[in-house]
Amino acid sequence: MDIPYTVAPRQDTGLYNAKVGIWLFLASEVMLFGALFSSYILLRVGAEPGMWPHGLLNIPIGTFNTAVLITSSVTVVLSWAALKTHNFGRFRAIQSITLLCALGFLGIKTYEYNEKFTHYEVWFADGRPSVTGHIDGAGRFWTLNTLADKKIESITMHPDRFHYRIPSGEQAKLAKSGTVPEHPEPIKIATSEIKRLSAFVPAHSTYFAVYFTLTFLHALHVFGGALVIGYLWGPGASMWKTDPDRFTNRIEVSGLFWHFVDLVWIFLFPVLYLL
Amino acid sequence: MADSHDISKTVRKYIIVFVALLVGTAITVGMYYVHLPSVAMTVMVAVFIASVKAFLVAGYFMHLIDERKMIYGILGSTAFFFVGLMFLTIWAMHDFPAHTFLGSHVP
Amino acid sequence: MQTTTKDHHDVHEHAHHEQSFFQKYVFSTDHKIIGIQYGVTALAFLFMGFCLMLMMRWQIAYPGKPLPLVGTLLEKVLGTVAAGGVMSPDLYNSFGAMHGTIMVFLAIVPLAFAAFGNYVVPLMIGAPDMAFPRINMVSYQCYAVGGVIMFVSFFIPGGAAQAGWTSYSPLATAIPTQGQTFWLVGMIFLITSSLLGAVNFIATIIQLRAPGMTWMRLPFFVWAQFVTGFLLLLAFPPLEAAGIMQLMDKVAGTSFFLPTGLAVGGELANVSGGGSPLLWQHLFWFLGHPEVYVLILPGMGIVAEVLANNTRKPLWGYKSLVYSVLAIGFISFIVWAHHMYLTGMGTKISTFFQTTTMIISIPSVIILTCLFITLWGGSIRFNTPMLFALAFLPMFGIGGLTGLPLGFNFSDLHLHDTYYVIAHFHYVVAPGTIFALFAGIYFWYPKMTGRMMNEFWGKVHFWLSLIFMNLVFQPMFAQGMAGMLRRMVDGGANYSQVMAPDAIGNLTTGIMGMNRHISWAAVCLGLAQIPFIINLFWSMRNGKKVESDNPWEATTLDWQTPTPPPHGNFAAQPSAHRGPYEYSAPGAAKDFSPQNQTA
Repeated sequence: MDIPYTVAPRQDTGLYNAKVGIWLFLASEVMLFGALFSSYILLRVGAEPGMWPHGLLNIPIGTFNTAVLITSSVTVVLSWAALKTHNFGRFRAIQSITLLCALGFLGIKTYEYNEKFTHYEVWFADGRPSVTGHIDGAGRFWTLNTLADKKIESITMHPDRFHYRIPSGEQAKLAKSGTVPEHPEPIKIATSEIKRLSAFVPAHSTYFAVYFTLTFLHALHVFGGALVIGYLWGPGASMWKTDPDRFTNRIEVSGLFWHFVDLVWIFLFPVLYLL
Repeated sequence: MADSHDISKTVRKYIIVFVALLVGTAITVGMYYVHLPSVAMTVMVAVFIASVKAFLVAGYFMHLIDERKMIYGILGSTAFFFVGLMFLTIWAMHDFPAHTFLGSHVP
Repeated sequence: MQTTTKDHHDVHEHAHHEQSFFQKYVFSTDHKIIGIQYGVTALAFLFMGFCLMLMMRWQIAYPGKPLPLVGTLLEKVLGTVAAGGVMSPDLYNSFGAMHGTIMVFLAIVPLAFAAFGNYVVPLMIGAPDMAFPRINMVSYQCYAVGGVIMFVSFFIPGGAAQAGWTSYSPLATAIPTQGQTFWLVGMIFLITSSLLGAVNFIATIIQLRAPGMTWMRLPFFVWAQFVTGFLLLLAFPPLEAAGIMQLMDKVAGTSFFLPTGLAVGGELANVSGGGSPLLWQHLFWFLGHPEVYVLILPGMGIVAEVLANNTRKPLWGYKSLVYSVLAIGFISFIVWAHHMYLTGMGTKISTFFQTTTMIISIPSVIILTCLFITLWGGSIRFNTPMLFALAFLPMFGIGGLTGLPLGFNFSDLHLHDTYYVIAHFHYVVAPGTIFALFAGIYFWYPKMTGRMMNEFWGKVHFWLSLIFMNLVFQPMFAQGMAGMLRRMVDGGANYSQVMAPDAIGNLTTGIMGMNRHISWAAVCLGLAQIPFIINLFWSMRNGKKVESDNPWEATTLDWQTPTPPPHGNFAAQPSAHRGPYEYSAPGAAKDFSPQNQTA
């Protein structure tokens, strides 16, 4: 006996097996990301007032990435529609745009991450307010231990115009008033003055911990989805010749997963970048 | 399941939703530069716009609008449990005893 | 020669090519093989968890004394933590954490849900296999990998996880060894396995029911597995999220669960702070509570099947059973913080969770009542599976009733983290679920192997287990009420009358003496399992051969197959023409009417 309803839908549910399976899996993913979102809310609301950084994420880049993912979402469903009209060539063409968008999203994310890993904050031993900015000659992930290992006695830091503790409204006012220069003077800091040195990495603060965890988990899902869609675009497409309906179902199911990934980003983007 | 005529109508629907999503994104980003009176309002508006976009993706791209009760049932319960997790956890962490009975009368 | 080969091919066109040993038994996609794989692996872990407990019980009864028989072996294998064959506090803690982890995640859930579910559910609904056989195989493999990781963690420097099966932060992160990291990685594999399994089960039950097998004609075991699948599907992901965050805390230096100002070993920890230990607890128990229903529901399902079959009458209150199990599934998601009454929650939120906890006891009682009433007026056959199923009822009753003082905030204040809690949950899982699982093994063994297990030794196994289970766990209620706390390496000696004579509420010598009684009862309980283990293996070759495919004269579809069921289960698609418990139907020819019987 063969397993029924792998292609043809079952009468009373109107669904074929893989569709039930993927929706169940997506339900579990809703709980996964939901738990992370709940944790984000809790950590943010519970943070000391003024200690939750903001304005540290590049909004134009984030917006562009959002548009890229939305585009990939429409191409994925259009490619399925093409298969439904038995137009394999069109499917291949449109789906290739999906894959390009996926690569683009991941590429931009990598650029964003890298930018953070070379962006530093220095806390001072004498209790002076901390400073953020770029450090001359520093690579990624430097800490006080790195300075000790490399026997560096002092660093030159190019501070950011505003520290993230200053609320955005005030930042705008100060910028307009002209009292803070666009490119502040570099400052020299002796290693002995530093209490803590950290790049904008997960260990820096709960803000970055939750940002990196949420976006990295999302990016893993983008990557996984792209792998599956890529496989079905490439070697897996041979099933179109032997069992076209089953292949179309596979495209639909992988598309459902892809839409979910897009859905998560639709919430991630405003929550992380804009709020 | 579908013939070309149906499909071309659906394709048009997809394109319309696509444009709506881009517009929604633009509005969300635009809101960032318009400062609303309170934090709560900002959050509510952002979540509202995101929810509309999510509904469009789920409803049209994921064909949820055409699916039957089974899927709605699964998603409905999931939504209930997710909201429960979020709401109850936040409530639990904000409801704690403010004072003891004994300690409040210091001699 | 050519023609013969061609004919040979034509005739066997649809037959599968000969599968190698690996394809057939190791990389099988057949739900029955996978069920047995899960079963064998889970029983091995059950044995391992039991051994860990025996060693811990020795330490509790005779603190500081070298372990007999295994002391030198332990020292050789584990090094300084078992110096002189004595269990050090660190080793005790890691054994405790791993006993819980192994029993819950590596033994009971895989046995109850995955092993029995995989073997029986497709047969019961008239399906040829699970909906996604290859995902089924992968889910077993994830489980096996997770199990290996957990097992290996004992042998790394610093040993296995030490912060309890609950892995509370900041302790879990502050312990400098890697045991906790292994635990987290192992958990991620186990959770993945459970999620894949849950998707498979739910999709199978929704989609692959045979024609005529409507929802209300499903055997109760299938309903129980259906709800259990949903619990696993929706409750595990928050723990996975929490596990990822705790892993980041350990490996990437984040502070998801580490508060500002955390001091470790007298020094300020070098972390960013700003995290919340309570957040871990909420996310853990969000799974933790549905998890306990995952532990019990498949067992209730098995008991229901065995009871109906051995009373020769339908289950009483089938509809109530179904609605109750659905209600349990639903409500179990909103009761979790009754594990957290002592974390400083305010009265409003405590009252909320207290209320939902009380409400969820109602469907549980309904299920137990329906099962009890099923016995009324039945022609009871007292075979081994029935004995275990019968004993399940009062044992689970004790476990459930003793949960009530824990569900109330005010009484839990006194009982939280005492031996009372240990007694309560072991009663539900040990003489509860495990008895149900024994019933299932004795019951379905003939279908899997074509032979019956030995009845005499089955009854010996039953009576000895029943007696010693109660001797092990009953005294713990008294100990808990007297204030003996959990997870104490010296068995409470530091709080005893002997060592702390002036302390208020110190533990009397009577209470302390129970430690030894319990430990020896546990040894006897272990010995009582020997006839079972021998019976299991011996009966495979030497057990009484079954005379028919349906030796228990059961009505459900799993008994209407050849023995053992072949690949594909049914020669042709069966259909269901009646309910699942048509026993002693008035006017019927025999005292049972199988579901697929047309007349």
